[in-house]
Order: sequence, then C-alpha cells, then structure tokens
Amino acid sequence: MSRYPEKPQKVYYYGTCLVDMMYPEAGLAGIKLLQQEGVKVIFPSGQTCCGQPAYNSGFPDEARAVAGKQIELFPEDYPIVVPSGSCAGMMRHHYPKLFDGDPDFDRIINFSQRIFELSEFLVHALNIKLQDRGAPIKVTWHSSCHALREMGIIEDSKSLIRQLKNVDLIELQHETECCGFGGTFAVKQPAISAAMVKDKTDDIRQTGAVRLITGDCGCLMNISGAMQFDNIRIGGQHLAEFIWERINDKPSPA
Amino acid sequence: MTNHHPLDFDKNVSRALNDRQLIKNIKSAMATLVSKRKAIFSDAAETERLRTLGNALKKTALSKLPQLLEQLEEKCTQNGIQVHWAETAAEANQLVLDIMKSHGATLLVKGKSMVSEEMELNAFLQKNGIEALETDLGEFIIQLNNERPAHIIVPAIHKNKDQISKIFHDHIPDAPYTEDVAELTAIARKTLRQKFYQADVGLSGVNFAVAETGTLCLVENEGNGRLCTTVPGVHIALMGLEKVVEKLVDLPPLLRLLIGSATGQLVTTYVNMITSARKQGEKDGPKEVHLIILDNGRSKIYADTRRRETLQCIRCGTCLNHCPVYNRIGGHAYGYIYPGPIGKILNPQIEGLRAAGVLASASSLCNACEEVCPVKIQIPDLIRRIRNESYSKDSTCTIEGHGYKRNLAEVLAWKVWQTINTHPLINAAGLKILNVLGMKIPKIGPLKDWIRYRTTPELAKKSLHELIKQHGVDHE
Amino acid sequence: MSEASRHRIFSRLQAATRQDTTPVSQLPELPIKTYSPKEKIERLITLMEAMRTEVHTTAAENWLDTVEDVLKVREAKRLLYAPGTEIGEALEHQWENAAADLPQLIPYKQDIEQLKEMVFNVDAGITSAAGAIAETGALILWPTEQEPRLMSIVPPLHIAVLKADTIHNSLLEVMQKENWPAKMPSNVVLVSGPSKTADIEMTLAFGVHGPKELIVLILED
Repeated sequence: MSRYPEKPQKVYYYGTCLVDMMYPEAGLAGIKLLQQEGVKVIFPSGQTCCGQPAYNSGFPDEARAVAGKQIELFPEDYPIVVPSGSCAGMMRHHYPKLFDGDPDFDRIINFSQRIFELSEFLVHALNIKLQDRGAPIKVTWHSSCHALREMGIIEDSKSLIRQLKNVDLIELQHETECCGFGGTFAVKQPAISAAMVKDKTDDIRQTGAVRLITGDCGCLMNISGAMQFDNIRIGGQHLAEFIWERINDKPSPA
Repeated sequence: MTNHHPLDFDKNVSRALNDRQLIKNIKSAMATLVSKRKAIFSDAAETERLRTLGNALKKTALSKLPQLLEQLEEKCTQNGIQVHWAETAAEANQLVLDIMKSHGATLLVKGKSMVSEEMELNAFLQKNGIEALETDLGEFIIQLNNERPAHIIVPAIHKNKDQISKIFHDHIPDAPYTEDVAELTAIARKTLRQKFYQADVGLSGVNFAVAETGTLCLVENEGNGRLCTTVPGVHIALMGLEKVVEKLVDLPPLLRLLIGSATGQLVTTYVNMITSARKQGEKDGPKEVHLIILDNGRSKIYADTRRRETLQCIRCGTCLNHCPVYNRIGGHAYGYIYPGPIGKILNPQIEGLRAAGVLASASSLCNACEEVCPVKIQIPDLIRRIRNESYSKDSTCTIEGHGYKRNLAEVLAWKVWQTINTHPLINAAGLKILNVLGMKIPKIGPLKDWIRYRTTPELAKKSLHELIKQHGVDHE
Repeated sequence: MSEASRHRIFSRLQAATRQDTTPVSQLPELPIKTYSPKEKIERLITLMEAMRTEVHTTAAENWLDTVEDVLKVREAKRLLYAPGTEIGEALEHQWENAAADLPQLIPYKQDIEQLKEMVFNVDAGITSAAGAIAETGALILWPTEQEPRLMSIVPPLHIAVLKADTIHNSLLEVMQKENWPAKMPSNVVLVSGPSKTADIEMTLAFGVHGPKELIVLILED
C-alpha cells in the first residue's frame, strides 16, 4: 500500500490513556517491537488522551480542547503509531470532523494522515517477521469495532498472530460483533452492554482458547472484567504484549 | 409531532432483556437477514459502487427537494392524481378521514406503510368509526394481537410460529389451530380476500416517488399492495416528503439497494409503478388516486444541512438487522415507530429530544449500521450530534428540546476531565494520588454500574509514562 | 388547510436550500451487465424458477398447446382473457375446436364494476408480457385498455406469454431504450414469481394474496 511510509528511522508513539493507566506493559511492548525493527521511538511525555470519550458522549468542545493539545506534541513529520484501533480511528478519521472550519486545518490534516495503528504499521511499513519461541497455545481474537470498521486493520492484526507458528488461532463465531464497551455506553446502558459482553464471553468460551487477544484496551478491560466477574479462567491480553511474550519467551517487557 | 408517549426506555429495555423467547426469535431472524444480505451483495467492489451511487442520488434529490416536490405535484396533477400536503400527522389523518367520508366508506384496506404507523392512522380512523385493516401478513398478525410493528420490513419478526398460530386461532373466527406455515398463510389469504373485494378505499405507502414522470413506485412480495391499489375505487398513497427522486432511471440502482438490503433478494415479487388513476377506456384500477405528502418535522430536519442526511433513508431496515443493540432488545423497546439505528436518529428529531433523546444513548457506536447503510448515512456521527444537543444550550443547536439533559454533575465532570487532560502534570499527579489510594478507582458514579457485571478495573502500579522513563525511551 | 400547509412546508424547504452551499457530488455511472440472447433466456429461467415460477419454452407456433396442457392438468374451469389482443384472438380461434375439458373463456370486456364477482372467481388469467429483464429475473407487465391490471393479480393462476426477443439486459436498459419517461401508462408492474412471504419465522410461503402460481411461456421463433 502506497500510503504507508517506507521503513522510517523515527516514529512517534501515542500510548493512549487506557494503556497509560491500566495496560502500560502493552504500550511498552508496542514500543519494544518497533525498536527491535531498528526504529527510534519518540514518546512525547505531554500526551494524555485523544479526546474520544468526550467526543462520543456529546461534549465536542471539551474533546477539541484536549485533542488540540495532543496535536501540538507531534510537530515533526514522523509517523505516529498507536496501539489502539479506536484511538487511531479517532485521530485519523474524526479529528478532521472535529476541527472542521479551524484556521489551522492543514496542520490537523497533516497530523491525522500520519496516524497508524500498531498492527498495520508493523505489517506494511516495517514488514515485521516474527519467530515464535513460546510453547503451543490456543488463543482467540476479538475484532474491536473501530479497528475493524474505521481503520480496516483486522487482517493485519490476525496476520501477525498467524506468523506465530505455535499459536493456534481459533476464530470466534461472532468475531465482528461489538463487545458492548462503547466507552460511556457501558455505564449509560449497563444492562444492554452486559448482555452484549455476556454473548462475547460465551463465544470465547466455546472456542476452547485459554487466552483472548485483542488490539484495543477498552474492549480488553470490558471483556476481561466480565470474564473475571463470572469466574471464567481465560486470560485477556493486548496483541502487542502477546507478540512480545511469544517472540521473547518472556511474560512481560516491563 | 405525533401523540406524545412517555417513553420509559429503561423499563422497556429491562422487559426485553428478560424476555428469552423474544431474544431468541429476534436473534434468529436477524442472523437470517444478515446472511441473506451478505449473499446478495457478495461482490464487494460492485456493492461499494452501488452504495456510492445511492448516496449521490439521494443527496442530489435532497439538494433540490422543493423543486422536485413541485415537479412531482405538477406531473401527478396532470396525470389525474390529487396531491395533498400535510404539515402534521393530525392533518394527514384528517385528510384520509375526509376522503373516506366523501365516499361514505367504512372499510380501508391497507398495504404496509410506516408513515401510516408514524401517523397512528389506524387508531384515529377507528375512533371515527372506520375499520383500517392491515393486509400485509406481518402487519395483519400484529394487528390481530393489538401490537405495533417490531421491525421496518418484517413487522412480526418478534413472534415465532407457535405464537402466531395462537393469535390466528384466538382472533380469526373459525380458524383451526395449526402451526403449519402454508396453512397459516392460506387462512390469511382466505380471510383477507373478502376484504379486498369489499373495500371501497385502499391505502399504500410509497417507496420512491419520481418527479420526472409523477410515478409512485412500490415494492412488495405478497401482492396485497397491488390489490389495495387496484381493486378499490379509491387509492390513497402516503409518503414522507423525503421520498421523491428526480428521474425514472434513478429507480434501478435504488431498487437494487432497497430490495437487496431489506430482504436479500435481487428483486421483490412485484415492483409496482403507478402513474395515474383509471384512464378513459381502461376497465379497472382506482378512479381516484390521492397522494398525501407528509412533513411531520422533516422540513425542520432538512433545514439543518448536516442533519439533512437523516432524510436519505430509504427504509430498508438493514441497520436494524446489523445492530447489536436492536438484536438484544427488539423493536418495541424503542417506544416510537422507527426502531434500531435509524430510529435513534430519526425519532429524537421528529419527536423532540425530551421525548426521544434517550434513544441516542443506546448505541456503542460500533459502526455496524454505517458499514451496511445502502445510502451511506453516517449514523454514528448523527448519534453524536444528538448526544451533543441533548446537553448543549448553545444557540447553534437546532433540535427541539436541546439542552434538556444538561446537568451540573456531568458538565462539571467533563470540564474536570478536560482540565486534567490538557495539563499533563495534573494528569500524572492524579494517577499518583489514585495509586496511593490503593490502586483502585473509587466506586462512585459510573463505576457503580460497571461493577454490577464486571470486576473493578485496576490501575497499573506504574503508568506508561513512568515505564517510558524507566526504559530509557526518548520522551522529549 | 392543505394549501396553507403546503405554503408553510415549502417556505421552510426553500429557505434551507437558499442557504445550502454544499456542492452535489458527481453521479457515478454503473456498468450495465450484458448477456447474449441465449444467456438472457437461461438467466431469466434460472432466476424465475428459483422463485417457483413454472417456465415453458416453446416454438412460437406451439404456445397454445402448452396453454391447453397446463390448464387441463389443473382442471381449470374458467380462464380470464383479453379479447381484441393478439393472445385473445388466438385463444378464441383455438377454443373454437376445443375439447370439453378446457376451461370456459371469460372475456374481460366490461368494467370491473360489472365483472368483479367473476374476476374474483376465475381459476386463471392469461396476459401478454411486454418484455422481461434478465438481470433480476422479472417480467414486464404493461396493462392496457384491452388487458386490464387485475388479470394478473386476482386469479390464483397467472399465465404470461413472453416473446424471447423482448428480454432485456436490465431495467435501466429497457427504460432508456424504450424511453419509458415519455410514455408511462397508468400502471407498469415487474413480476418475478408467484406471490410469497417470509413474515412467519422467516419461512418462505407461497400464494399469499397474489397468484399462487405463475406460469411463463417463452416463445422462441
């Protein structure tokens, strides 16, 4: 695909707020994977949140204020790699809408066009090759909605899993169905959200997998939390952390 | 605005989620409709071209809406179709009643019309001593049971065979109890045939109205539409004002999109194009044809150039089929006549935010609807718009009832969120404090709802920001 | 009342379009699929049979025999037909030497108001088809003064006579080739099979309100 940069020397990394607060090892794993491929990773420390929670909840002014701050931190023309389909989708596809009519629109478009989700970047810009050093394991994969429908990178994510020769990927029966997170949806319509995540966890159980892998920490938090609540002993893990674990035969990069 | 129904959405949702039979019926039917659509649109590139064309045709027609409506009216009138304009549902109901009364008619046979449901026409006519009989099988079933449709295309989708058998047996005189679908269908055919024969007036909806020729296009599988619009001496057609398209040649791609999305067919059993009443020398067809064009809030939606996109909808129902929320609560829970994703954006704009704004909260913004909409309506963006207007008292808001949901707690919460996230040092400090409090987020507000079904999320001991420093990553 | 409403509706709509500066996108063109004459017939048959239509292809001179056969098999008693049409005259002529077990020919010669009970009690109706569409598998019915609308929808059996060389590639093609916008009649109907529904548990059932059976005769030269 011509829209991907040819193996760049430097990239920015956008961790995302959920990764920062709850799944930092996943964020670090993504960085290490990029570094392993010989890319210098720059993590602007002023980054906080892409603004999606406010934007989706009907508070675009607040979202815009926060989004504006993020954009300022990534001035150089390096690609910005994001270990989340939904945050990447927000910054790539929704920032232009959020800043429609802004005098600085060109700068915002430039920023948005440099956004890449981690899987697609590893596959298309870096052509990463993975050597699986782990023991055989059965996993299943949940396609998060924005990675699937906004970023279109699900096949990239799954292709990374398929490179790991000792990993048996069992697909869900309803892989592309929403897990029920939807940010504030989970707490605004908790009963409907609970019904959705229950179906997702039932689907996960019937695969016989011991671990659920996904590329988005919102989904991960939602599904893992529901599985733990129901005493389902299936682990949930972010794709970046899973890959790092398999190729290094070590549990965590932290 | 139609009659205001107090919508207790939480109660509806609760009832629906606890109705195992309902959920079973809905999920099974939706899975069938989803797979049928997938099969009929198997060529991804062709489907994409079609959807792009559908979007362009509807946008073009909408950009010239007043002009096309004038042209439609002119052509219809030339052809002998009487055109009436109704600003409100009440006016439209009265127009139908007046036509019935002018013929001394007391029986109306109806083809499926979502607009007539929006108007609550049947109840109005009944109050005025007129029997409005549904002839579409799905509508017939639910009318017997005094229910409203649960889906735009398949009104009785929430019922299984057993339930339908019982309804027929309980409500149709002399109908034997049978669960055989062919036998049930035969009972309906026999019962309704008499009514087609007797009725003085027939009513239909309109799928597309062509301005160029003054043609009303209707699609159906059963044949009741053709009977309603051909047997009785009078035909009344009801349409929302957004249904007009410019040219006759716009129909083929729009029909392909509508029919493929609605039922997964290449074409319905019948595609009916009506351009006039019975002409001199013709032996059948209605002698009088009336077209009632309904506004009911659409012109106000039109006035906002972003919300106007809502009016592109061709009522195919496929967004419902793909919606994980509709799949779990069914159609009745939405309270108003249009369920599913289109209902979430249309009902609040027609009924006002106070009455129907809550529907916009029933979405995880998963984008499944947008992905399949045949005319590419960006439903999730419109849901965000409705959410925004629900909270905002700003003068740029254009939906009735905007700001109704505004409350200090939420406004403050987002302002605090904004402050934290525009001040990285405050953000980092905040996390440190929470860590000191025991690595758990306090169980207040939204977290209370989260932990009803999930374990409490745990804050990491060290944030990514801290790990970055620890691992020597360049952090500028 | 309608006039005042009309005025208010148009005021709002016109005010909105005056403000609108959004450019309208170019309308993309879709390629028209074309089929050979043989493919047209095959495709039409395949699609219509999948919708439970009974299709017979016959040489042009034999079609009446096929009509007789299908009517005899069903023991039809009354056949509604259109006098003053090519089909009507051919039927009248054929029936002159008719065997006793053929149905009575009922001419649609009066207005429906005089003929209603009869129309609702015949066993079959026979009409021409003005053409057909290969892409979607549908007949084009173009009712006229001689061949009224109810003939093809009320009787439980509808027999349609189609000339093979009137099968078009697509609806768009026939609309353009025959310049439909200039000559739309009171009613045009596309028919792709007998009446059906899936309203009960998504189970397909035939013969709801329209004909339970559709028989198509494709006449080849």
